[in-house]
Amino acid sequence: MANTGMLDFIPQIPVAEGTETVTDWLTDTFAFLFDPIKEYLTIVMEFVAETVLMGIPPVILILITAVIAFFISGKKFGLAAFSIVGLWFIYNQGHWDNLMNTVTLVLLASLLSIIIGVPIGILMSKSRVLEAILSPVLDFMQTMPAFVYLIPAVAFFGIGYVPGVFASLIFATPPTVRLTNLGIRQVSKELVEASDAFGSTGSQKLFKVELPMARPTIMAGINQTVMLSLSMVVIASMIGAPGLGAEVLSSLQRASVGTGFVAGIGIVILAIIIDRITQNMTRGKAS
Amino acid sequence: MPVIEVKNLSKVFGRNPKQALKLLDQGLSKDAILKETGNTVGVNRASFSVEAGEIFVIMGLSGSGKSTLVRLINRLIEPTEGSILIDGEELSKMDQKALRQVRREKMSMVFQNFALFPNRSILENAEFGLEIQKVPKEERKKKAKEALDLVGLGDYVNQSPNQLSGGMRQRVGLARALANDPEFLLMDEAFSALDPLIRKDMQDELIDIQSRMKKTILFITHDLDEALRIGDRIALMKDGSIVQIGTPEEILVNPANDYVEKFVEDVDRSKVLTAEHIMKRPETVNIEKHGPRVALERMREEGLSSMFVVDSKRNLKGYITADDASEARKKDANSFDGILKNDIPRVDKGTSMQEIFDIIHDSPIPVAVVEDGKLMGIIVRGAVIAALTGDGEVNIDNG
Ligand SMILES: Nc1ncnc2c1ncn2[C@@H]1O[C@H](COP(=O)(O)OP(=O)(O)O)[C@@H](O)[C@H]1O
Ligand SMILES: [Mg+2]
Repeated sequence: MANTGMLDFIPQIPVAEGTETVTDWLTDTFAFLFDPIKEYLTIVMEFVAETVLMGIPPVILILITAVIAFFISGKKFGLAAFSIVGLWFIYNQGHWDNLMNTVTLVLLASLLSIIIGVPIGILMSKSRVLEAILSPVLDFMQTMPAFVYLIPAVAFFGIGYVPGVFASLIFATPPTVRLTNLGIRQVSKELVEASDAFGSTGSQKLFKVELPMARPTIMAGINQTVMLSLSMVVIASMIGAPGLGAEVLSSLQRASVGTGFVAGIGIVILAIIIDRITQNMTRGKAS
Repeated sequence: MPVIEVKNLSKVFGRNPKQALKLLDQGLSKDAILKETGNTVGVNRASFSVEAGEIFVIMGLSGSGKSTLVRLINRLIEPTEGSILIDGEELSKMDQKALRQVRREKMSMVFQNFALFPNRSILENAEFGLEIQKVPKEERKKKAKEALDLVGLGDYVNQSPNQLSGGMRQRVGLARALANDPEFLLMDEAFSALDPLIRKDMQDELIDIQSRMKKTILFITHDLDEALRIGDRIALMKDGSIVQIGTPEEILVNPANDYVEKFVEDVDRSKVLTAEHIMKRPETVNIEKHGPRVALERMREEGLSSMFVVDSKRNLKGYITADDASEARKKDANSFDGILKNDIPRVDKGTSMQEIFDIIHDSPIPVAVVEDGKLMGIIVRGAVIAALTGDGEVNIDNG
């Protein structure tokens, strides 16, 4: 180190300190916002997980999932059968409540990602400037190791469900934004011209032509978002998000391979079911 | 008042369009301007007007600026200079709301690659323009169905565009445009993506629909045959400028410059020229004044073996042959009674060369061009052949 003096022409730039200062400032300044968000979101999520999902008898929930899987996969039995067996297995292993917590986190996190991501994607598709600004930001958000988001999440929201949702939001929203933008930009120029030539307003064009045409691409983005948010929700167990991930984490701490493996299998089963269902939503209605 | 009036319209693509216009004024070519400034001249000082009820064709090679010109007319792109009047109203002065209104009510566009919405049924596609105007559902369904019936697709309302052939898709495109009941149609190479045979059908159908509905049509094509077939008037474009405007005949017979002439050379003249262009003034005898003697004398003078007979009002009565006339003279007959023949091949002024060629082929006597029973001219075999090979004399002043 000492003989690389040439590179030391200026002292270390305090990026880490700077980030910390900014985060602290944000935490203090927006406490009036973060605190109620945390409070209400926690109430909502606890209600969904503990009262609704855990309140429904597992048999019924498994059957509902199977029926949805059956119809959405074009009346094929494969996915439905897999759902029944897979979900029953998780139940059998005593992880049902963990599963419900994870599902709640994924549902809420993806829903928020979509609600925020689609409109941003639409705006981005309408403005070249916005696209130029947002593209690198999205790249950055997605390439940063997912763990890093846990730190500000904890700073803003403490531990529990909400920081998990927050971290997931940052990590999982980019694909929806990106593919909404792409989907709309890919709509054939002639169709856009046709829409204009018949005297559409901007919103008529968007809702009657652009969004329907971009739908498969947007759905592909949503599928990615849901999968990323599942992976983030698992990681978020490190900051106290309950669910299957928490089970894996505690197995890791106790070096108990068996329990960890079972919880891991549970995550895989959930991932497969969610992936197939959202993928089929892409094609499902198009045909 | 013209439906569309374009005055001195220019469009330059690039960073410095005004500068490019100045260079155009100095007489630089489109290529030179592109090289020097990087700007592309799309349309260069175009002026023309389209009258109600006519099919006005804009024709030119690919890249000559036709699409740019139509897109200026419905303001999908903004002009660099010049003006466009729609029913006398300046298009570029309209705000967005007024512009939408004009697009909804006055003009509809038909696209080269159909531009149908694949997620909508045929009926829903035809409804699109009305839906945009918020016409109530029942009414717009009815109108869309009528438009589809008009183009012969009434039985396909529930199909998806993907299930149809190219020709049928473009019928849907046409129905979608007609459903709005616009004042005029803008058709940008609407038939260029179709097979030649289907294309002919569509051209015929368009002419048919036009004659029934009296729509004004601005039709773009790169195909002179198509232009000549459907155009009432044709504007020829080159490098963004309009080099000639005229009726099909005027353009064929009087090409304004080498560029137009090059185009015209390629045209199959048999499809374009009609009886009117190649007929000659007939030598006749008058049934009310003349007898076999005069007829025979005239035939000898002109070196003919037969001659048409008319009355004082030029109504065609028949023809006589030299043999019959000399027989009659020997018998001292004073009239054409008994020797007047009537098996004359007749055509009208608009009959195409192709048909005339078939008729004249097996006819011993010239073909008569007749209008309302009156003899307008005759066509001899030599004239047909000369015209077909392109070195015959053609008439442009009658018509
Ligand atoms: N959006 C555009 N940007 C730049 N140049 C264009 C654009 N649209 C058309 N042009 C150019 O303008 C000229 C005329 O094009 P176009 O109107 O499409 O011709 P046509 O329809 O007769 O084939 C061409 O040289 C083309 O390259
Ligand atoms: Mg074109």
